[in-house]
Amino acid sequence: MGLLQPLKGDTGGKIMLAVLALIAVLVPILNLLVPEGNPLHVSTFTVTLLGKYLTYALLAVAVDLVWGYLGILSLGHGAFFALGGYAMGMYLMRQIGDRGVYGDPLLPDFMVFLDWQQLPWFWQGFDQFWYAALMILLVPGLLAFVFGWLAFRSRVTGVYLSIITQALTYALMLAFFRNEMGFGGNNGLTDFKDLLGFDLQSDGTRIGLFLASALALALGYWACRWIVTSKLGRVAVAVRDAESRVRFIGYRVDRVKLAIWTFSAVLAGVAGALYVPQVGIINPGEFSPLNSIELVVWVAIGGRATLYGAVIGAVLVNYGKTVFTGAFPEAWLFVLGGLFVLVTVFLPAGIAGLLKTLRRRRSEPTALKEKSA
Amino acid sequence: MSPMSRFVFGGSDPALAMALGFLLLLMTATGAADNQSTDPASSPTAEFSASPATETAVASDAAPQSEPEPGPESASEPAPAPATASKPGSESDLTAAFDERVSQLTDNSFKVKEAAAQAIAETGDARAIPLLKALLSGDLYYRKDDDRIVYVAPAGSSGWALTDALSGEALGEVGRRDVRKITVNNRMRSALRTSIAALTLASPDPALRLRAAREMVGSDDPAVISAVRTQLAAEDDQQVTEVLTLVVAIADLKQPDIDSRLAAIEVLHGNLYPQARNALNGLLETEQDPGVLAATKAALDAIDRKRQLNSSIETLFFGLSLGSVLVLAAIGLAITFGVMGVINMAHGELIMIGAYTTYLVQQAMPGLTDWSLLVAVPAAFLVSGAFGVAIERTVIRFLYGRPLETLLATFGISLILQQLVRTTISAQNVVVQNPSWMSGSLQLNPGLALTYNRLYILLFALIVFALLLLVLKRTALGLQVRAVSQNRAMARAMGVRSARVDALTFGLGAGIAGVAGVALSQLTNVGPNMGQAYIIDSFMVVVFGGVGNLWGTLVAGMTLGVANKLMEPWAGAVLAKILVLVFIILFIQKRPRGLFPQRGRAAAD
Repeated sequence: MGLLQPLKGDTGGKIMLAVLALIAVLVPILNLLVPEGNPLHVSTFTVTLLGKYLTYALLAVAVDLVWGYLGILSLGHGAFFALGGYAMGMYLMRQIGDRGVYGDPLLPDFMVFLDWQQLPWFWQGFDQFWYAALMILLVPGLLAFVFGWLAFRSRVTGVYLSIITQALTYALMLAFFRNEMGFGGNNGLTDFKDLLGFDLQSDGTRIGLFLASALALALGYWACRWIVTSKLGRVAVAVRDAESRVRFIGYRVDRVKLAIWTFSAVLAGVAGALYVPQVGIINPGEFSPLNSIELVVWVAIGGRATLYGAVIGAVLVNYGKTVFTGAFPEAWLFVLGGLFVLVTVFLPAGIAGLLKTLRRRRSEPTALKEKSA
Repeated sequence: MSPMSRFVFGGSDPALAMALGFLLLLMTATGAADNQSTDPASSPTAEFSASPATETAVASDAAPQSEPEPGPESASEPAPAPATASKPGSESDLTAAFDERVSQLTDNSFKVKEAAAQAIAETGDARAIPLLKALLSGDLYYRKDDDRIVYVAPAGSSGWALTDALSGEALGEVGRRDVRKITVNNRMRSALRTSIAALTLASPDPALRLRAAREMVGSDDPAVISAVRTQLAAEDDQQVTEVLTLVVAIADLKQPDIDSRLAAIEVLHGNLYPQARNALNGLLETEQDPGVLAATKAALDAIDRKRQLNSSIETLFFGLSLGSVLVLAAIGLAITFGVMGVINMAHGELIMIGAYTTYLVQQAMPGLTDWSLLVAVPAAFLVSGAFGVAIERTVIRFLYGRPLETLLATFGISLILQQLVRTTISAQNVVVQNPSWMSGSLQLNPGLALTYNRLYILLFALIVFALLLLVLKRTALGLQVRAVSQNRAMARAMGVRSARVDALTFGLGAGIAGVAGVALSQLTNVGPNMGQAYIIDSFMVVVFGGVGNLWGTLVAGMTLGVANKLMEPWAGAVLAKILVLVFIILFIQKRPRGLFPQRGRAAAD
């Protein structure tokens, strides 16, 4: 029972997880067992697309954890996502081995192209999956820890904090664009071949990655619920609502913030690491401040401080993006822009808030009847 | 009344804002007029470094298209059309000699042609300079039927329009095969340049003499030097005298007697012409006399010190120029963000709208490029201001007190505005013309030139800043804006119509963004994405300077601009920018509220 404790009272979350489990079972079956041409067949392309949405959803959950429950509007979570992605990308690059265009057994193609003689120190060890996995957690986590330690200790809050998180991801974007950094510059890392020995192009690997994303989302969601229902989570909400008061009561506000902030960054890194093998490329564009803003908007549209709302927002907006950019590329920005405006002005609690209101409305008339009876 | 019409016509404050806008227009207009009057003198200096051949090419290219705008540059250029057709009777002999020499140019032998050109130069005829220039640039032809020397200009699809080189008479259009080019060889080219220079040196216009003199700097042709010495004795213009003295001094470095060389070195001491430095460096290798050698070294040291100073000034100028762009982009944000607490992510798009307004104004008044900016500044203020008021009335007024949500809503608006421009105008960048008074540069000394566009934009930024400060500190609107931003409830209790003030404030911030767009359209590409390039930098400037403090924005913008340019030489442009960002991140840790934090109750959120 202890495992389900964090989900107590979280109806939306339970429904979301149930749907996620259903998809996780159905999609592989429909992809692998139903023959192509059958209307029920799910193409591998769709599987990968769904897997991508799930990694976005995990990222959105990470943002909602700090924004919804800690009151920190991060405009730089895309940076942690991209760093996790780069760590995974470096592992995948090393897996290419001598199958690259230049056939160098050790150096990735872009280094040969730049005429580098040896592997830079920070690329050492990435041929081992365990090391790469450790870095996926450590690099975003460490950056978030240092950044948060500096910022929270100096009590940088509100808009100022948002702007410097933006500066952080912007600076990283500019840095990763430089060839001298040793991360492939403008082109980033791509042309991946296989992951843990499995061919990235095969249907089986795609399904595996999809399932891994679903599992990561479920675990990440559970962990976030666990945090927000814990004592720490309740202090965090208090910090969000009245920071000075919490400090005066005697809590170390900076530590509360730092712990949750760092955890959220690690979660974003994991999402990035799962994202990269599915889309097959990671480049500095992922650090773009606009990406980070966009993902905040997913959370806003889904409904902040609900966690499951973040999942809904991320999946819906990205689904809309896929549909619209295919069908009416001209109209997509109008739709997305209009959505932002409408949601912030008319739906401050997002889709999750709308659902809650509807549910309350449905139950209210009966309550009234009971009262009058 | 609609918000827009209220913004323009209602109340005294908007009227004042309009008046200030007009004042701005006037200031820019007089600035432009001043500039036009000084330009003929300075424009040759801008082209001084270009080789004579390209200059002539420019001149002859410019001639056919110098339509209704007699730009200062084309005025000072002798267009390759003959000046006066025929001379009075007493000079008819000379004219005949001239005509005869010109007819010899059709000869096949370069020797004959060179002699003819030499003779043409010696006649001193007014038609000689354009003729020789056309010859040099390969624009002089002769008609195959009757060997008449003609200037050609493209006409129709494949023909040439001919003009008689001697009489200036239009000879109608012919096919390209009916004329033949008068070819020149390299030897002739250098002779032509010398002749043209000597001819121009005798010109009555000091500006032309100055330019000719500058072309001769570093020349060691004895004929040229003697011409220069002759002119030097008669010269009364100080600037020309200086350059001519320099020409002579460089030549004198090769004099056999030590005293002449020392005197020449004395002249070249600290001179910034590159030719002077080259000549001194050359002397350093060949000189035997220790005294002269020491003087040469001293002169070179002085030159290098001045060059060092020049490059420092240049870096500072580039930094201030970048800073002025940052300030212009950020200052509107300082109002909407700093004073109103609205994180306006659509700010960059309001800048873009200003830039597009400039483009549309230029489309609407073709041929009047020189004046278009003066119309564009108030137009952009009004257009962007109207967009701002519309945004405030329809979206932002529902979001006061929720700054982080204004960020999301305005980000949505920014996407809509970008797409709007893509759909209605074009997804491609558009071409915004630079008026002639924006091109060229101010030559402070031979090694240092400040480009006019950057100089004007620096001035413009300061003017906009001063006006904005004036509006906020000295007008009723400004008072109300400050009152509402400090304590909304109390201001309302005092009878301030806070909703109206909000709309006007946002409109003011947006209008300033539009004005910034006009300036930026002169420096960078104008396209649907241009706004995004400025939004992050603008936020950095405002946050670094301290939210709610206009002076902070000015200081922060200029500091960041100069810091960026100071670091660029050793760090590279991208790394410099990264370092600036990291610096801001660390600085905010130290001073969480920027350089100049707001004090008092307003600061406590």
